[in-house]
Amino acid sequence: MHLDVLISKFQQKDEKAFGELYHMYGDSMHGVIYNIVRDHTIAEEVMQDVFIKAWNNANSYSAEKGRFFTWILNIARNAAIDKTRSKAFKNSRKNLDAEYFVDILQHSDNLDNQTDAIGIKKFVSQLAKKCIEVIELLYFKGFTQKEASETLDMPIGTIKTRNRNCIKELRTIVLK
Amino acid sequence: MDINAYIASGILELYVAGALSEDDNKDVYQLMRKHPEILQEVLEIEAAIIELTAATSNNKSTAILQSIKDKLTFTPSDTQTKIITITKPKYNWLTYTGWAAAIIIGAGLFWTLNQNKTLESNLNTVETENTFLEEQISISRAELADSKELLDFLRDKNIISVPLGGQGEFANSYAKVYWNQEDNRIYLDAQGLPEAPSGKVYQVWSLKLDPLTPTSLGTIDDFNTDDNKIFAIANAYNSEAFGITLEPEGGSETPTMDQLYTLGMVSAPAP
Repeated sequence: MHLDVLISKFQQKDEKAFGELYHMYGDSMHGVIYNIVRDHTIAEEVMQDVFIKAWNNANSYSAEKGRFFTWILNIARNAAIDKTRSKAFKNSRKNLDAEYFVDILQHSDNLDNQTDAIGIKKFVSQLAKKCIEVIELLYFKGFTQKEASETLDMPIGTIKTRNRNCIKELRTIVLK
Repeated sequence: MDINAYIASGILELYVAGALSEDDNKDVYQLMRKHPEILQEVLEIEAAIIELTAATSNNKSTAILQSIKDKLTFTPSDTQTKIITITKPKYNWLTYTGWAAAIIIGAGLFWTLNQNKTLESNLNTVETENTFLEEQISISRAELADSKELLDFLRDKNIISVPLGGQGEFANSYAKVYWNQEDNRIYLDAQGLPEAPSGKVYQVWSLKLDPLTPTSLGTIDDFNTDDNKIFAIANAYNSEAFGITLEPEGGSETPTMDQLYTLGMVSAPAP
């Protein structure tokens, strides 16, 4: 089914459309959320919050504003970051700032029997730190280009080209 | 516009990341629609990011799907609608039949009660009419008996018939006296007299002619109300003539001559 039709059906509260969109983006959202909260139970809670919120606010999405993936990615990142700011979360977990998504990939045994994941693991191991940093901030944390530029202390133009090159490299690995 | 330079700028990677402003997003959207190469580039970037992010998930999301679905309200599917349409008529059929039966029985009872009342009322009316008819019959019988008695009286061989002619200004009035001298009774047929005015009564007189001596036989108090205007009066006198005058209520000692309505002689003098 064409993505536009699928989204339109999802906006009309169609269960099948919801199922398909979840199948397309569920793992990705869970990965982003888990990378932020680093706890499976909390990640599951946030997943529920994210998809219920997406369901209830489905009509606020329009293609003009951006990709559907980007729309739901924003909801997921915001919900996960909100969770890390809650008092209960802060009391149980302290030093998350130093961790990057690559840690999960490097310490995961589940990835071994998946071709793409093997490729990603290999890719990640080859990635320069500058790529890991910029991908982490722009995709996993949802920084704007200006925020990323300030955090990494480099001009926006440099962020753009560096990110472009990193993603280009990623594409050659996962989309072959 | 140089499409390749635009793609190479890295703006599309930021577009997928959601790192651009709203205005930039709109520009990219318009260009994607115009240039399929740009759209293709965006789709590939998006696919790569989805792969990368999903790799950090450990494939947990499928297990979570059901717990999410449980909390959502979906548009009712066709199967549920079908169940409703099948069960509803059954329910309605029974209910409506039940109600219809109750209403019919109720209406029937009401009709029967009403019918009973009407019949009782009709019976009462008939009974009343019956009583009334019985009375009528008894009255008729009495009248018949009277008429027979009168007829027997008139057919008696000893009867003397005395016509009374109208007098003076009452020339149009008349009367007739039937006299049975054997039992000293007369029957006065006064049909030819007008109704007595209020406060006045007719008085009947027996007359001796030489010298003229009137003797009162009494007043006819019920003249106006009597139907056949035939009155039975006792008469023990040897009358030579009969006269009728109009007198004040209660009658008079002597006849008021200017109110003499009728007068008639007995043709065959008493033996």
